[in-house]
Amino acid sequence: MPVGVLTVVTFLPALGALLIMLLVPRRNEPALRWSGLAVSVATFVASLPLWTRFDAGDADMQFEEIMRWMPGFGVGYHVGVDGISVLLVLLTTFLMPVALASAWRAIEDRTKEFVIAMLLLETGMIGVFVSLDLFLFLVFWEAMLIPMYFVIGVWGGANRVYAAIKFVLYTMVGSALMLVAILALYYQHGAATGVYTFDLPTLTRYVIAPGRAQTLMFLAFSLAFAIKVPLFPFHTWLPDAHVEAPTAGSVILAGVLLKMGTYGFLRFCLPLFPDASVDYGPWVYALAVIGIIYGALVSTVQPDLKKLVAYSSVSHLGFVMLGLFTLTPQGMVGAVIQMINHGLSTGALFLMVGMIYERRHTRLIAEFGGLWGVIPAFSALFLIVCLSSLGLPGLNGFVGEFLILVGAFTVDKWLGAIANTGIILAAVYLLWMYQRVALGEIRHEANRRLADLTSREWAVLVPVLLLIVWIGVYPKPFTSKTEVSVQALIAQVESKASVARNKTAPRVAGVERSQEPSRRGDPRLEPTSRLSLQPARP
Amino acid sequence: MIPAPSVDLGALLPSLIVFGAGVLVLLLDLLPPRSKEHLGGVALAGLVVALLSAIPLWNRDARAFRDMVLLDNYALFFDIVICYASALAVLMSLDYLRRNGVESGEYYALVLFSTSGMMLLASAGDLLVVFLGIELMSLSLYVLAGLFKLRLASGEASMKYFLLGAFATSFLLYGIALIYGATGSTNFDRIAAAAAGRPHDALVTIGLGLLLVGFGFKISSVPFHMWAPDVYEGAPTSVTALIATGSKAAAFAALIRVLTVALKAAQPDWSVLLWAVAAVTMTAGNVIAIAQSNLKRMLAYSSIAHVGYMLVGLVAGGVSGAGAVLFYLLAYTFTTAGAFGSILLVERSDGEAVEVGDYAGLARRHPVLAATLALFLLSLVGIPPLAGFVGKFYLFGSAVRAGYVWLTVLGVLNSAIAAYYYLRVIVYMYMREPEGVDVRLVPSFAGGVALAIAIVGIVLLGVMPAPFADLAQVAVTPLVR
Repeated sequence: MPVGVLTVVTFLPALGALLIMLLVPRRNEPALRWSGLAVSVATFVASLPLWTRFDAGDADMQFEEIMRWMPGFGVGYHVGVDGISVLLVLLTTFLMPVALASAWRAIEDRTKEFVIAMLLLETGMIGVFVSLDLFLFLVFWEAMLIPMYFVIGVWGGANRVYAAIKFVLYTMVGSALMLVAILALYYQHGAATGVYTFDLPTLTRYVIAPGRAQTLMFLAFSLAFAIKVPLFPFHTWLPDAHVEAPTAGSVILAGVLLKMGTYGFLRFCLPLFPDASVDYGPWVYALAVIGIIYGALVSTVQPDLKKLVAYSSVSHLGFVMLGLFTLTPQGMVGAVIQMINHGLSTGALFLMVGMIYERRHTRLIAEFGGLWGVIPAFSALFLIVCLSSLGLPGLNGFVGEFLILVGAFTVDKWLGAIANTGIILAAVYLLWMYQRVALGEIRHEANRRLADLTSREWAVLVPVLLLIVWIGVYPKPFTSKTEVSVQALIAQVESKASVARNKTAPRVAGVERSQEPSRRGDPRLEPTSRLSLQPARP
Repeated sequence: MIPAPSVDLGALLPSLIVFGAGVLVLLLDLLPPRSKEHLGGVALAGLVVALLSAIPLWNRDARAFRDMVLLDNYALFFDIVICYASALAVLMSLDYLRRNGVESGEYYALVLFSTSGMMLLASAGDLLVVFLGIELMSLSLYVLAGLFKLRLASGEASMKYFLLGAFATSFLLYGIALIYGATGSTNFDRIAAAAAGRPHDALVTIGLGLLLVGFGFKISSVPFHMWAPDVYEGAPTSVTALIATGSKAAAFAALIRVLTVALKAAQPDWSVLLWAVAAVTMTAGNVIAIAQSNLKRMLAYSSIAHVGYMLVGLVAGGVSGAGAVLFYLLAYTFTTAGAFGSILLVERSDGEAVEVGDYAGLARRHPVLAATLALFLLSLVGIPPLAGFVGKFYLFGSAVRAGYVWLTVLGVLNSAIAAYYYLRVIVYMYMREPEGVDVRLVPSFAGGVALAIAIVGIVLLGVMPAPFADLAQVAVTPLVR
């Protein structure tokens, strides 16, 4: 049986972990580090065909593989990528070697377990992005929790156990309800069509009647994803997890794990529950905008560098959620690009905070100041990363946020205007932080002896910075991969929503609604690529 | 005159093999040598032969003693589960007993007798055989629980188990009598035929209630679970493993058959009752388990919670519900036996290491054992790709299918709560430093084999569940037609 690219990319890290577990002795730490890095680099190389051979003009799933797994229960091994997930898979395989390399000196205790946990985590994360079967998705979604739990809990900071347990419990409560919703969807689809299956494309073609069932399923899925994103007010696990996790863990957490939430909305909530997604769109806007502004404000006042970056994630992910639920091509493409950007920029921020922490063993902003004079290379790169995170034109952050705001303005100018303040606030908290860390006088003697970037640290940062500049200057290869898939998704949501509404129109046409019979349905039938999200009733 | 029933021992074969092995162990115990190690081997051989005998008997659907004993696929499925549970317990015992100075021939004989009682329960087609099986199983277990003659806790466990068990059995017997009074028979099929004509017969309903009390005790569902923590804690750990897995599977085997075959007509009654019992059992089990610091007590409450999950499947009913319970029992048996088997290999200088604090920093000193125990705990949490996840998926799937969505929501939230106390053990093993107590790993080849079998079991059931799930469905299909 031929093994496809996606299967190789997904399971290569796990296979590597198994081999390392069996073959590499515990005491030989360099061998453990090198073999871990080798496996992750090999995975990245194996994933490159996804970039080169991906057909950007094709909205369908590519590199698909389907195998029988539990045929009696309608479960199959079905993987594939489209323009949305392909970038996330590549982001994962790209960030993992970076994260492992960043931990070269930071992790000296139980290196073997660390390398194994990180590689298993990689398999779990890639699996989540490529799964096209709800059962398979759930397997990866839940399995991935455990290695992350170990990474935070074993190699984290002082309060790591609390943070690790909180992370797991939050996620488990969310995914518990999602499990029920998946089962409900499975049986509803089976009862309606006679085909009992967890296959996502099949389920996506099924039109669920709008109403209580769809709303409940939407809410169950959304809770799981909203916790992961994290959408305000489900974000409280994030600062703890980020602050306590080791640098490599934070990079992966911010870079990839959070994207699983937004990806989940995109892949599952929108196409499966289009009506509920539209109905609850305003709620998501509200939460997203609150998250954008709240996250930014809280970031501003953080005394701890890592906490500042952690809260900035809440703000940035708010932008992503906003873009997704605008259901406009610009907003959604922007959201996908912003997922990648956030992975790179915030990943790089965590890397650099980790580097400075390794030197000074503190992350308090007040402990620094005037670093530019001592470690100019570090400070220069740190500036670039900060600027990319706050969305300076020419760097990656600008592209995503700009597109998202275009989408938001199309929906409602006030929504766009309010969200826009998030960008201003981002400039405030990042530049103010940078000013206190890198500029001004050297206020602490300990800072005078700091060493600048080592060659290993250059090697860790340069690839990330190259991508940051590449996306900023020439984003087309990235946006073009996504565009067609996003268009197709929007068309699908629109058509499903209108089909469902039309089918049930006679039933829901009550006294109240009949006063304005046509307003609500009409915009959906227009050949625009945008859904009307205005409430129908005055 | 009552015609003498034809004697067809074929339908009792697996159970008889185990029973015969028990008698053989008793006889060999009288002969030299003084060392009793070989008796464990004999017991193991008996269990393996019984296990293998299930293969040719599959699909034969043998019946004997005027349908009092049924050796259908359903019984064979449980025979396999029970033999595995018992064999794992025996493997764990080999070194464990010697270490604790209680190695004896009776131990293995009693394990085998109780196992044959369990297998009899699985093949019971008559309430009297149910009673017989429960007595054979329980009496042996009462004695086994008190095997550590010099330990107070062991004696307490034995006494408590016996007194409460005998009390519960009397409820069961009273229920049997009432149902006999109402329907004129103790045979499942004839009860079903008689009860079908008279829905809402008060006698049947009361008899059903009393039966559920008796079974509730054996499977340790709330509110009949009080004995479980004390017995689990006090009994030798290998016996605890057997009580938690084999005896529970056997009681479930009989319970499912009684409810779905004999008392099918009363399904509206018992499914409402069990709905409430399931909800209370899983919630109470999980919530109380959070407060435990003794690992054996924690696993006792966790096993109560797992009974709650399985009752969800029973409430859901049908082929999918009952099949899910069977699959879950298989998964649960490997997982729980493995968890107890791991605990049993850790020892303090002054006895067994059962406090969660004893496990602090275990991963640093004994990484393999810590990883093994962590694997079993993760399967109990329900993390894929391990058996517990698939088991829960089937169970909750059947409940959603039958329309019990809120019970399912309660169940999944419960499994999220449960994650807390299972993961706490992992926190101790991996994320804390040793607390100064001298804890060591006892080398045991047989124990290692038992753990290896259990690990293969939970991984296989987690990755390739389809053949086993099909087997479970085939086994229950004739019952719930």
